[in-house]
Amino acid sequence: MTRDEILKDLKNRFKDDIIEVVDRSAKRVYVEIKPESLKKVVLFIFKDLGARFNIASGMDDRDHMEILYHFILEEINLLVSLRVKLKKPNLEIESLAPTIEAVNWIEREINEMLGINFIGHPDLRRLLLPENWPQGVYPLRRDYKEWDPTAIRDRGVS
Amino acid sequence: MGVKLKALLKSPWVFHMATGSCNNCDIEILDCLTPRFDVERLGILLAGSIKHADILLVTGSGNRQSMERVKRLYEQVPKPCLVVAIGECALSRGIFIDSYNCPLPIDKVIPVDVYIPGCPPRPEAIIAGIAKLIEKVKSKA
Amino acid sequence: MKTIVPIGPYHPLQEEPEFFTLTVEGEKIVSVDVQVGYNHRGIEKLSEMKTYDQSTFVVERICGICSTSHPFAFVQAVEDIAQIEVPERAKYIRTIIGEGERIHSHLLWLGLAGHFLGYNTVFMWAWKLREEILDVMEILSGNRNNYGMFKPGGVRRDIKAEDIPMVLKKIDSILPTLDMLKKAVLDDPVLQARTKGVGILTKEAAINYSALGPTARASGIKRDVRKDSPYAAYDRVQWDMIVTQNGDVFDKLVLRVLETFESVKIMKECLLTLPPGEIDANLKTIPPGEGIGQHEAPRGECFHYVKSDGTNRPVRHKIRAPTFMNLPTYKSTVINQTISDVTIILAAIDPCYCCTERISVLDTKGTKLYGGEDLVRLSQAKTERLRKEMGVK
Repeated sequence: MTRDEILKDLKNRFKDDIIEVVDRSAKRVYVEIKPESLKKVVLFIFKDLGARFNIASGMDDRDHMEILYHFILEEINLLVSLRVKLKKPNLEIESLAPTIEAVNWIEREINEMLGINFIGHPDLRRLLLPENWPQGVYPLRRDYKEWDPTAIRDRGVS
Repeated sequence: MGVKLKALLKSPWVFHMATGSCNNCDIEILDCLTPRFDVERLGILLAGSIKHADILLVTGSGNRQSMERVKRLYEQVPKPCLVVAIGECALSRGIFIDSYNCPLPIDKVIPVDVYIPGCPPRPEAIIAGIAKLIEKVKSKA
Repeated sequence: MKTIVPIGPYHPLQEEPEFFTLTVEGEKIVSVDVQVGYNHRGIEKLSEMKTYDQSTFVVERICGICSTSHPFAFVQAVEDIAQIEVPERAKYIRTIIGEGERIHSHLLWLGLAGHFLGYNTVFMWAWKLREEILDVMEILSGNRNNYGMFKPGGVRRDIKAEDIPMVLKKIDSILPTLDMLKKAVLDDPVLQARTKGVGILTKEAAINYSALGPTARASGIKRDVRKDSPYAAYDRVQWDMIVTQNGDVFDKLVLRVLETFESVKIMKECLLTLPPGEIDANLKTIPPGEGIGQHEAPRGECFHYVKSDGTNRPVRHKIRAPTFMNLPTYKSTVINQTISDVTIILAAIDPCYCCTERISVLDTKGTKLYGGEDLVRLSQAKTERLRKEMGVK
């Protein structure tokens, strides 16, 4: 299938789920979808179109959190990024880890870094942060402040 | 000089700990062991276990999780032991000074005897640093 | 009886700390879990505090072995936001640096793999050869590692015409030794016995885990960003993608050795056909928007996502290193293998924890405790035994 056919097919198949399609350049397409239809769109792209899962990236914006799921269609060299916006304070989304192994670790990472809850994740432990990191402090949020009074941020020279 | 220190400096065995480094310093340490630099001819040997070590080589920016282990490992080393901080991160945390996961420089957690700067220090610099350490201990004793 | 074998976090297996928990029944591995986080430095957050030019240096310090891969991907992400083309000469220089890094990284891995299998000669030879490549990189960039060559819009430093003959001579001089190493490693019957059929990653599993780079290519998947989505000068030179079919450790070994030769080929051709001209597109302001950069690092695809709001600092910078996708494959490769093969299987993906984590003793009642050192010893002892059985000296 060519690039245009795939995009057309996507738009037809998920016309109720897609909010916006941004055709950025020959290699990049950003598709915003509704959070509740994430799973079926992802499964179609990953299983039926045979895309490779690159990674998901979470971002804290003023009134919402945003997760981008990046998929690459290697045959036609097209990067499809699915954008999901979660209104604060309801930071919950369905986990994809039970069906796609590759998503497992990144969901753990987003969970600890941004505090987004992935419902149905098999093993939502901390991945990178230490055990003595306080609960409810998320380093990648905009309102993150230094919580450790013992930390030294001074080189000792002026 | 006490007999313990003298024995320690004859053929110092080093143990290498990375505390959230970028790997570069660690590889330069390993490089010292390979044919071009070959520190084994000077009696310096990489020890596999902390219990056999005379000198600790610490690299990295002092990541929260690994510093807990470093403290524990430092307690396990047979004393007297010497600590060498290798690389800019181990000295002052370098570029990572503002990182939320690197709260303290290494010398605030364990005592450091010699600092080897560089990002990463060349193998020659590491060897020179160890040589300076041996000189320093000898002149003090 | 189930036994838990903790490895780490500080052990001589890898230079970097990480913690493996192996559950074994007799010699067989039943389950395995890895705990990372010993290298996490919060680079994604740090990058948001720095300007684009500074961020290039921060991402260079994600990992020392692939210290050019992250800047490579990052500058491409920034260029994707600005939608600019890099001058031709800069593209070639980038390719040369990227391939030089691949050669030294693969040699480094080959050495370590040799060490795990009890072939310390391979370790010494490979690392000695690697020094030659580091010399080449020093001539080209001024540094042994952390080259500092990249900037959004081009490269920082030009390659001087008078350096090229010397560099070519040096690259040619390593080829005979590399060839010798290839024959010595690949024709060794004991080494084949140790690695063939060990730690197989099936094609289906590789797809489900979205494995990358040599890990995927050894399982018969044609996956290489340099071919799939050509960038820099990779579509301007002749080279082949190496793909092997079995997915075991031996195939990964072969693949990396053969890939080294391809990298030498690319590097030489780029140096010989280096076009004249500018090396910098003078990128002054970054417009608002988002961009993605990909680069095929020695271990697989590096992926950087950058979002800009028009200021001189990124709003969000997501970094995904290849090991992040490759490491979870241990779940399917290690299970049901013997404990003496664990070291080489875990090493076969060429894990790089510094990249993965940008961002010791368990309850041993009635169990036997192995340290990482014992595992290396077990692995080396198995090679020794096989060597005797097969009558190889």
